[in-house]
Amino acid sequence: MDSLAYVREAPEPEEAPPMLSSGALACARANLFSSIGSTFVTVGCVALVAYLLPQLAAWAMTRAIWSASDGAACRQHQDGACWAFVIAKWDYLRFGSYPVAERWRVDLVEAVGALLIVWLLWTNAPRRAWGALLFFVAYPILALVLLRGSSLLGLPIVDTLLWGGIFVSLLTAVVGIVFSLPLGVLLALGRRSPLPVVRVASVVFIEFVRGVPFITILFMANNLLPLFLPEAWTPDRLLRPLAGIVIFSAAYMAEEVRGGLQSLNRGQYEAAMALGLNYPRMMALVILPQALTLVIPGIVNNFVGLFMDTTLVSVVGVTDFLEAMNNAIKDPVWAGPTIMVTGYVFAGIFYFCFCYGMARYSAHVERILAKGRK
Amino acid sequence: MSGSLASADGGGAAAIRFAGVHKWYGSFHVLRNINLTVEPGERIVVCGPSGSGKSTLIRCVNRLEKHQRGSIVVDGVELTDDIKRIDEVRREVGMVFQNFNLFPHLTILENCTLAPIWVRKMAKHDAEELATRLLTRVKILDQAHKYPGQLSGGQQQRAAIARALCMTPKIMLFDEPTSSLDPEMVKEVLETMTALAQEGKTMIVVTHEMGFARQVADRVVFMDMGEIVEVNAPLPFFEHPQHERTKLFLSQILQ
Repeated sequence: MDSLAYVREAPEPEEAPPMLSSGALACARANLFSSIGSTFVTVGCVALVAYLLPQLAAWAMTRAIWSASDGAACRQHQDGACWAFVIAKWDYLRFGSYPVAERWRVDLVEAVGALLIVWLLWTNAPRRAWGALLFFVAYPILALVLLRGSSLLGLPIVDTLLWGGIFVSLLTAVVGIVFSLPLGVLLALGRRSPLPVVRVASVVFIEFVRGVPFITILFMANNLLPLFLPEAWTPDRLLRPLAGIVIFSAAYMAEEVRGGLQSLNRGQYEAAMALGLNYPRMMALVILPQALTLVIPGIVNNFVGLFMDTTLVSVVGVTDFLEAMNNAIKDPVWAGPTIMVTGYVFAGIFYFCFCYGMARYSAHVERILAKGRK
Repeated sequence: MSGSLASADGGGAAAIRFAGVHKWYGSFHVLRNINLTVEPGERIVVCGPSGSGKSTLIRCVNRLEKHQRGSIVVDGVELTDDIKRIDEVRREVGMVFQNFNLFPHLTILENCTLAPIWVRKMAKHDAEELATRLLTRVKILDQAHKYPGQLSGGQQQRAAIARALCMTPKIMLFDEPTSSLDPEMVKEVLETMTALAQEGKTMIVVTHEMGFARQVADRVVFMDMGEIVEVNAPLPFFEHPQHERTKLFLSQILQ
């Protein structure tokens, strides 16, 4: 018998992993063909896609009508999409009833906005603070003056009644996102405030808004807001649903942020206080950066939901993109069996692109923030 | 030495003076009639069984806990609900926690410069110079641009000490600074604290490291059940404990 003691004499050599435990082939075998059942599912899914994809492609591409001046061609070819309809209605879908001669103003606002948003979202961009300042301070003024018009600058006033289409959808979404997050943060902080009045007010606001359907909030913003405010201040008919969407989204945002605040260790607060940081600085420099990072997925989820919810502003008479599409579909010149499908598929693609973009971007930010932390 | 335990005033120059301090958590009486005066430059080690109120005692010094009766005067400022005074005290009192509590979203250097920049209104460049000097002193300058999560426990705790020192506090509080460290890292943190003590900074250290107490403390305070049971210089405290509870405690932790 050997003794119980053991002393290593030579170090164990490092070896490469055994064959087939890595690489594409091994991965496929492990995940797709690991058993008879899994092989069956894999083959079945591939067959289904192989069957459906060519049909979809044919409907959307080869059999589709790409150019026509009215619905006649589309009525003849009912087995393909009628993209000619979308192309013919494109200007209306983008601008609604905005006067044709003034549409360059919308183009300009959208172009500047896109530029600033790219600047802000590009994580390595130079001078992002400047970008933020321009976007949050200068840009809203520019957008308001350009979109609404100003007699001072010789730009004819365009009433918001005429605004519509994609640009109203984007405007609603951007205003909703930009205002609901800070308001949500304030509500979340208010809900955890040691001052009972602030706390109760925040809780009542959040729980009331969360307990009511969005349409109700929209109707209330639309019909009640003018009752509470003096007549001279009566908010614009586009501004009212905007306020509604901000209020609605902020309540959900507040709950997301509260989740982030609660998951932080109490030691973080104590360390910040012990260093002499006062409450606003502690929150801005130590607590919120961590709490918000933790809840990015939830916040972006709210943004995506908000973007979808903008389609509901049509119930209070705002012509957003989807409502513009509804109107376009009703045009008798284009009436035909494929028009509605084409229109809604296009709208679906539009909303998907934006929401998927937001989701991808948030995943990208999470990866950047996760780097170095572990 | 025992004279400074009394609540009688020893002049206006005391670093910290507890007079008749009581505190309750709900109905639980955690601090009972605490009277203690800490002189400037004095190094106090507080020990005692867990739940004896040691941590609560030093957390009252920078008002992380609020006392309900009696008075605590820190560096000539009495602690009340007045938030201005509390901030004034916190600027002059550094604290090191059991769980380090570094800010995980900032690098070590940023952890150190945050408070000097925002509280002391120091220029960024000056704050970084100061932080560099202090990180050198705790021997982790090479980690300055890493995040806390990338450091070992001992390194994190030394970074936390540097962060507290960056505010150039008059008083340093240590709340069981080595209790959550792996055994092989305790030594590096204690060495850092010993070096600090030799520079004459006023320190209150809550710890179970009796070797450190013997070597560094001017006075050892023994607490049990929320009250101060015995205060003495380390040599007589460890060699000739007077109170029964002190004797029992020391016999349990010193084999």
